[in-house]
Amino acid sequence: MKWDTVIGLEVHVQLATKTKIFSGASTAFGAEPNTQACAIDLAMPGTLPVLNKQAVHYAVMFGLAIDAEIGKESAFERKNYFYPDLPKGYQTTQLEKPIVGRGNVEIQLADGSTKNIRIHHAHLEEDAGKSLHEGDFRHGVSGIDLNRAGTPLIEIVSEPDISSAEEAIAFAKKLHSIVTSIGICDGEMSQGSMRFDVNVSVKPSGSDTLGTRTETKNLNSFKFMEECIVKEVERQIDLIEDGGTVIQETRLYNGDTKVARSMRSKEEANDYRYFPCPDLLPVIVTDETIEELRRNLPELPDARQARFVEEYGLSDYDASVLGNDAGMASYFEIAAKTSGSAKLAANWTMGELAARLNNEDISIANSPVSADQLGGLVTRIVDNSISGKMAKEVFEGIWAGEGSADEIIEVRGLKQVSDSGALEQMVTDVLAANQEMVDDYINTDEAKRKKKLGGFMGQIMKASKGQANPQQVNQILAKKLNELL
Amino acid sequence: MHNRTIAELINGLQSKEFSSVELTQHFLDRIGDLNPNYNAIITVTAEQALKAAAAADERLAAGNAPAMCGIPILHKDIFCTNGVRTSCGSKMLDNFIPPYNATVVENFEQAGAVVLGKTNMDEFAMGSSNETSFYGSVQNPWDTNCVPGGSSGGSAAAVAARLAPGATATDTGGSIRQPAALCGITGLKPTYGRVSRWGMIAFASSLDQGGPMARTAEDCAIMLSCMASFDDKDSTCIDREVPDYCAALGQDVSGLRIGVPSEYFSKGLNEGTEQAVRTALAKLEEQGAELVEISLPNTGLSVPAYYVIAPAEASANLSRFDGVKYGYRCEDPKDLQDLYSRSRAEGFGEEVQRRILIGTYCLSAGYYEAYYGKAQQVRQLIQRDFEKAFETVDVIMGPTCPSPAFKFGSKGDDPVAMYLEDIYTIATNLAGLPGMSVPCGMVDNKPVGLQIIGNYFDEARILNVAHQYQQITEWHDQAPEGVAS
Repeated sequence: MKWDTVIGLEVHVQLATKTKIFSGASTAFGAEPNTQACAIDLAMPGTLPVLNKQAVHYAVMFGLAIDAEIGKESAFERKNYFYPDLPKGYQTTQLEKPIVGRGNVEIQLADGSTKNIRIHHAHLEEDAGKSLHEGDFRHGVSGIDLNRAGTPLIEIVSEPDISSAEEAIAFAKKLHSIVTSIGICDGEMSQGSMRFDVNVSVKPSGSDTLGTRTETKNLNSFKFMEECIVKEVERQIDLIEDGGTVIQETRLYNGDTKVARSMRSKEEANDYRYFPCPDLLPVIVTDETIEELRRNLPELPDARQARFVEEYGLSDYDASVLGNDAGMASYFEIAAKTSGSAKLAANWTMGELAARLNNEDISIANSPVSADQLGGLVTRIVDNSISGKMAKEVFEGIWAGEGSADEIIEVRGLKQVSDSGALEQMVTDVLAANQEMVDDYINTDEAKRKKKLGGFMGQIMKASKGQANPQQVNQILAKKLNELL
Repeated sequence: MHNRTIAELINGLQSKEFSSVELTQHFLDRIGDLNPNYNAIITVTAEQALKAAAAADERLAAGNAPAMCGIPILHKDIFCTNGVRTSCGSKMLDNFIPPYNATVVENFEQAGAVVLGKTNMDEFAMGSSNETSFYGSVQNPWDTNCVPGGSSGGSAAAVAARLAPGATATDTGGSIRQPAALCGITGLKPTYGRVSRWGMIAFASSLDQGGPMARTAEDCAIMLSCMASFDDKDSTCIDREVPDYCAALGQDVSGLRIGVPSEYFSKGLNEGTEQAVRTALAKLEEQGAELVEISLPNTGLSVPAYYVIAPAEASANLSRFDGVKYGYRCEDPKDLQDLYSRSRAEGFGEEVQRRILIGTYCLSAGYYEAYYGKAQQVRQLIQRDFEKAFETVDVIMGPTCPSPAFKFGSKGDDPVAMYLEDIYTIATNLAGLPGMSVPCGMVDNKPVGLQIIGNYFDEARILNVAHQYQQITEWHDQAPEGVAS
């Protein structure tokens, strides 16, 4: 039997405000536990929330980026449940009147096709703190860190328009691209800046009736999400094909052990007893504010992609890889402008740099090689100062913190010999010293001669300690050998 | 000195008749002698008070003294006081020492007032008799077998017993006006949003409002001028200039249109109370005011609506008291669930638990619309009743509560009978209007309160009317036996 997969995502995006959504405490990541939680975040008696205007503006910007209806009057509700890392005993969130209404996100798939994913709404809310359980903390005792409590989030809720793990990843990456491009989220996945809840169900292919769905909460990487969806779809299909039924439940997926488990069933689900938060007034967003935010909205990924093709002559593929990632895009543009060669800057950004960052799990924002430095390196490739092979060595040097491309070229004496007089002499000397090879070349069938060039090349590079400009050597060599024919 | 009003004490201090230290010491001595009879004050801050008084004397001597410089007052124990235990009348917060001041506390400090201590109250302001306090009930100075009213019973009894010339209080459903009436003093609940709620421990956020208690309307005007302010830490606080309430006290009442709602003189009203209130109205009529019979048809719905909305909000507001971060924690919890349930079962009293349960029920799935949703509709109807009435009258007057102070335990078994104590006061909270209670007679040697309700932000007008009334009557000067000497 063939099955269709139906997926909806709820995406939590931490907004890049300096302070929390309802207090003046810092949102910076990585501080000592409970050093960034003020009386409001700790829910001390008598404290009251005051809404962070920047968080509202960021949410509106997201709405504008996905061409959504903006809630001109939105409101906050209290979602009541007890948990130690939820200091007030309720989460302040939006239910009835979210700040962002229906919108659309277009995703690109590997086969080059596009698909529209509808956004049901996006709402503002506060993040909870973190519970540090055994292993993370001390045996038998749990610790609570409230630094994250009150960090502003938007929760983006998609319609169930997603039909595969591939589409889910494409959608998640597109959202990542949008929120980082407009600067409302730092996009640091490893720090929990974007987290996904995945609703999955399966139904017989072509059926109009949706199957029972499960929700897997709190996935914080694209990879985990992909694994989790693939496994969950498999699990549901196996279950049904074996005569079982899927039960509606909330699940957890452990990305380290690759094991998913049930967290609670529908029967155990909380009654959150939502009601309007009496401490906060309705949030009014005026037309003027919306228009101002629209005017100042940074470039969106799709527009940037098109511009990269137009302005830098990049291929569609290169433009989509670079244009979709805000960090890569701005890195590339700086490198391209510094070096004057967009094509080479693109190759290096997507190639050597991306691979190295990926290997060492470093974000481009924290790259040891700055965009200016890469631009400097590319400049030296363009002006023939160094060969591509040398460039790799120089790149390693920059990565290791040895300085700029020019400094490393200088210190390591890597300068490429491009002086044609010197190169001609070098070629002449090598040909003279290797008469057998020359004879062999002359006697070889014309079609196969090209292959023989490599041997001369190796000798010349050896003689020049790798510093001869290979393109030039090639030309000179071809010319001189032809003269001998 | 304790027989003088705040206005008179300010004169005494400014004319150097006595110093603030002398005045403060005098009240501290009285508290030491008499408070054991009433249990009105649960924390005395003698040392800080004398220090503040000495500082006030210096400012008085230097001639740059602010409005209430050197005047001793008491704070209801619902207002957070930096470094001084703030219990809210509950075992839950018996060990809670806030690291911040409520804005109200801050404002009085700015005005130079000297804080003698914190007053007893119904637990979390839930009660109309002060019998729900963890620290024991407060005795009414007029008859120590009777309740002082609640929830601000400690503040009211302290002012009536002349342990302080004025005290702060809060009113969610009558908690300033009812105890003021039962203790024969003057109390004002301002318009919702006039006084900051920052640092005032929340009971029902959309109804809670702080206000002054003193012996005269003039003293309430002095206090409110200091107490009211715009506060950006409270989103529901209204940004509106605070008038000089004392400056408005000189207008006579001729031509004043007094609305007399027929619903406030119906079944259940004590005959003597009605007599006293009618006499007061006649007195004002003699002065040229015009009595206009009006109707507030939805008055009967106010108690049921209130006892849905207030507990609903309270059920969420009190979730933060979970034994995790501060306050009471049960001994040796065996797991998280046990920590929550025992900390809350042992830390909260019966009435608080009752209201949390009512509120939780009203907000539960399937009941929300029938209870909370309906109550909010009723709230709008009640608001409209008042809006309509104020089209034809300037103020509304009636009894503050149905009968004078009742005996301890007489309503203890019947929560509904206790809730009906607030039948005349609750509607103004639901509408957000300002209201006062002014002494207007005696029944069985116990005081009767006249309630004066004003339009939004019309505190100056109702204070003036009350002041005018007090110019021609002496009820506010009466003292319980043994108190004046």
